[in-house]
Amino acid sequence: MSDTRLSIIGSRAVLFEANCPFDLDHQQRFWAMATEAATWTGVREAVPGMTNLTLLLDQVPTDLNRLWQALAALWHSGRRQEIDGQLLLVDVTFGGAGGPHLAEVAAMTDLSIDKVINLHTAPEYTVYAVGSHAGYCYLGGLDPRLQTPRRKVPLTRLPGGSLSLAGLQTGVSASAGPSGWNTIGKADVVFFDPGRQPAALLKPGDRIRFRPVEVLA
Amino acid sequence: MIEILAIPPLATVQDLGREGYWSQGLGRAGAMDRRALAISNLLLGNAPNAPALEIPLTPARLRFTKRTAFALVGAACCARLSGRPLPAVWVGFAEEDALLELGSMTTGALVYLALPGGMDVPKVLGSHSTQLREAFGGYDGRVLAPGDILCGARRDALALPAAGLSIVIPPLREIGETAIQLRALPSAEEPGFTEASRTEFWSSEWEVSREVNRMGYRLSGPTLERATTGELRSHGIVPGIVQVPGGGQPIIQLADSATMGGYPKIAAVIEADLWRVAQARPGDRLRFVRVDLAQAAEAERKADNEIDNLRTALRHASELHEKWGDHAVAHRS
Repeated sequence: MSDTRLSIIGSRAVLFEANCPFDLDHQQRFWAMATEAATWTGVREAVPGMTNLTLLLDQVPTDLNRLWQALAALWHSGRRQEIDGQLLLVDVTFGGAGGPHLAEVAAMTDLSIDKVINLHTAPEYTVYAVGSHAGYCYLGGLDPRLQTPRRKVPLTRLPGGSLSLAGLQTGVSASAGPSGWNTIGKADVVFFDPGRQPAALLKPGDRIRFRPVEVLA
Repeated sequence: MIEILAIPPLATVQDLGREGYWSQGLGRAGAMDRRALAISNLLLGNAPNAPALEIPLTPARLRFTKRTAFALVGAACCARLSGRPLPAVWVGFAEEDALLELGSMTTGALVYLALPGGMDVPKVLGSHSTQLREAFGGYDGRVLAPGDILCGARRDALALPAAGLSIVIPPLREIGETAIQLRALPSAEEPGFTEASRTEFWSSEWEVSREVNRMGYRLSGPTLERATTGELRSHGIVPGIVQVPGGGQPIIQLADSATMGGYPKIAAVIEADLWRVAQARPGDRLRFVRVDLAQAAEAERKADNEIDNLRTALRHASELHEKWGDHAVAHRS
């Protein structure tokens, strides 16, 4: 059990983490855990993070050790959940006002702007987790050559639909909010609509491919 | 019905928040001070989860366009109803055309204004709360502005004395304390802070900075340092979590918290004390008191009991009033 950890993040919320690589195989184990733990009595929601799992509980837990043992057993079962999700094609306008940091990203990665766009639109990204703000998708699959540091001065209000990247992560913001990532393009997708069922467009296991429709200087 | 004449920014309609959409990335939203909201509803005989108007900071001016009962609970703010001073916790009637004025707040940071039946706004995804970032719920998914009109979902109210009714609720600070005490559970990265920083976190008084909103409050005090380095993978966070970004100054996430984050977590303020954070103002001092899960559970039981006791006392007062009229409860108003 020493390779796993259960922490308190609120009166009725716990976070389970395991010492594991950050890849799709391990993420699939957390998806399997979330599906299973969501059926447990006293668990309100079980939500995968980036190779971790958060449980929202009905009550303040009285026996944290028992919960930890149950989650560790689930983890050590090694069961993975492969999800054959939907594929969403997302048209992106790279650069210009909607992608103000495109040239900077090219400079930081020592690549041409065309190469940045090529590398970013080549893979099929997998939705690892949904969270932060409503409908936002944490994507796995970014080409390591596109790894960049977070911005020293975050933007206080990045518009919804902004395609950004930082570290080994990339994603499209679902609504306006603060961001410390590098923004390279703009997409026109409604990732969350309270009038839709379900409201979030994508869920873990769905996939995204970006298509460049325009590149602005 | 109430017409807003003047209102500070960020006044919203809130109930106890949205549950069940966290896996879609949608946070709870809802009242910052859930206790004050519940009491305001209790005073009107509403369901505990009925939506009310949450007003952060003052001054504000509102006009009643029809005679109606209303309740006011939260920060002491020199409230006046057509010139008559009102106590901080009050329920009573406003005549048609009466003017409600909220002055400067003396203790606390938020006031809840409730109407019979709760504010008549549509229910979206199981709640009446305003989701500010996603711009839905509450009053057209936005903050209130002058000219807006709010209606109660019900016309009638409990039997109330003509002069209204006030009750005493437990204070924000313990008697004799200058700092607001927050009971908190150590969180994931607490052991990874330096010994000195851990001691400072649990023993210092923290000042509420000017960076406060429904998402969270930033504190200022000693710089907290981690003994370890390295970025965390994005993981779940909930209201009450105390994060420490690179600058070493803690942030307490509140009602409009993101559902996932990546900063180190030093502690989690227990649910029963979240209202105390919400009612803290820039410049107020906070102190974290380390508790365990058993104490957190006990604190919740106690808080629930307080609400039950208020409900009983209120029912008693209402029965006395029905039996004896205004004479029976005059001394309580």
